[in-house]
Amino acid sequence: MPPVVPAGRDLRLDLFRGLALWLIFLDHIPSNMVSWITIRNYGFSDATEIFVFISGYTAAFVYGREMRERGTVVASARVLKRAWQVYVAHIFLFVIYMAEIAYVASSFDNPLYNEEMGVFNFLKQPDVTLIQALLLKFKPANMDVLPLYIVLLAGFPPMLWLLLRRPTLALAASALLYALTWTFEWNLPAYPAGTWVFNPLAWQLLFVFGAWCALGGADRLAPFSRSWPVLTLAAVYVVVAFAIAMTWYFAGLAVYMPRWLSEWMYPIDKVNLDVLRFAHFLALAALTVRFVPRDWSGLASPLLRPAILCGQNSLEVFCLGIFLSFAAHFAMVELWDGVSMQILVSALGIVAMVATAALITWYKKVEGRKPGSRPTPPNADLAGGEA
Amino acid sequence: MRGLISGVLGALLLSGAAFGAEDSACLVAGHLVHADFGLPRVAAAIGRKQLTIMVLGSTSSTLPGPEGAAKAYPARLEEALRHHLPGITVKIVTYAKARDTAAEMEKTLEKVVVDDKPDLVVWQTGTVDAIMGVDLDAFRAALEDGLDTLQTAKSDALLMNMQYSPRTDSMIALGSYAESMRFAALQREVPLFDRLAVMKNWNEMGVFDLYSATKKIDVAERVHDCIGRLLARLIVDGAKLAHTGLIGSGEPGSAIKDLR
Repeated sequence: MPPVVPAGRDLRLDLFRGLALWLIFLDHIPSNMVSWITIRNYGFSDATEIFVFISGYTAAFVYGREMRERGTVVASARVLKRAWQVYVAHIFLFVIYMAEIAYVASSFDNPLYNEEMGVFNFLKQPDVTLIQALLLKFKPANMDVLPLYIVLLAGFPPMLWLLLRRPTLALAASALLYALTWTFEWNLPAYPAGTWVFNPLAWQLLFVFGAWCALGGADRLAPFSRSWPVLTLAAVYVVVAFAIAMTWYFAGLAVYMPRWLSEWMYPIDKVNLDVLRFAHFLALAALTVRFVPRDWSGLASPLLRPAILCGQNSLEVFCLGIFLSFAAHFAMVELWDGVSMQILVSALGIVAMVATAALITWYKKVEGRKPGSRPTPPNADLAGGEA
Repeated sequence: MRGLISGVLGALLLSGAAFGAEDSACLVAGHLVHADFGLPRVAAAIGRKQLTIMVLGSTSSTLPGPEGAAKAYPARLEEALRHHLPGITVKIVTYAKARDTAAEMEKTLEKVVVDDKPDLVVWQTGTVDAIMGVDLDAFRAALEDGLDTLQTAKSDALLMNMQYSPRTDSMIALGSYAESMRFAALQREVPLFDRLAVMKNWNEMGVFDLYSATKKIDVAERVHDCIGRLLARLIVDGAKLAHTGLIGSGEPGSAIKDLR
């Protein structure tokens, strides 16, 4: 029996994706005290996991329905169109980044930092740099998430096709690719050296798992994921991860960390989505789903509305967040970098993200679209936040 | 043997006294510099009254200009060590090549260690790798291979990570490379000079203005002087730690606390 695509949008997805976007923004401002509140400091996984999982979930939710109603070809074309939009957004951000770095390169001079100036060397070879950027091989710092998303979307149509027919087989294939990637150390090449910071061949597991959950997997998993032994295990894992994370920041606690344990678990590989990170995300997700039900009244509260709005317009808000993190750091360098300034730019950035999200939602309404819904087919999908 | 040990102890006690006389704003970051592991070959060399240290690094181990070599931290380290270890011949050899990654340094390591037979190699690296985006596994492997080479060559090792550079902070993703260095130091049991944390602390405390766009070299020289002095302190602490380990008094962790 083919899985049923559930009707109605789950606002929890928007809420947590919105929160993840805020956390990604805060984490991308260097030397920002406010980023102490973000979840990466309290366990193994961080906002990237939430973002990738929910992106997979919503992609399957939207394009899964499309594939059933309008066929494989149309749905695949729309997925690829979405990938193209993300690509254009990434290149747009890259241009902004280039403008910032070119400005800093021409205005910054300090004999102490002759070595760090090496980061500007690519400006001397614009031909190579631009081509490598268009090929997604040259990715400046903090601009690695969108390229991952582009590759995940580009590879998604055949996976979605399989997910709609044989969901368990599709998930198994994804897990196999993950295992092979770890065994043979596969990754995509980067420029000028090395490989991708978020390896798509490994991170696809989380994206496909999200898609699998959206297409009925979550319901099949529910009796298991809501059982008390699983929830207890999840809670224990989250607490242990928290305790271990504390040893990273308090040298005094490091002595309590058994040597065999650190030798076994470090380094926790973010590039290839370490199993410890994946498990940490699963534990958080199981606890969240248990304690924040789908019909939770808080989801309608005006307090959570800003985060939900951001989550419903994720591509635009994500890009804006990356730009704002550059701008915030720039302001800190040019004006002042004290703690109150860090709090100010963090707060202003989130306000700007919410305001933009509200504006886009209003614009969609003017165009006759419900927030987060598909555009009516004849309209060009210029600014969809659906996947 | 007993004579050697008392000689070393004497030298180290003297150094402690000399150290107490020092006070400078940059030493506020001193709490970030601690010898987690001992430097037994340095301790032995102090006993022989002949200490040879090699600094292997990239551009940030140098300063530009005609005065550069004398004002950069390797020369300041030499000066500070002479002050700490009176009566001991301290020799510092510097190999700093611009744009060398950890893997490239690791290749030269084997040869230069044989040529100079240093008692300690201060290996400064990480920035070039982070700028180029070198594969993290390859970076880690280069560090570990290099530290193994030093182990085989019977030389102590000490890792030094990147500079904190607020203006390029959002452009160079140092985080995972700094973490790899911390991890490699822990794995191979060598001390780490956390230059990144120290300079960040100076910036936060307002000790140095690391933002200014200037061609003037005075701040850079003072930064290097402070790095040299803190590094000297770390090396002396490492020798003390190895030494107390040698005569078997107490836990390594408590010994360092007592002696500091």
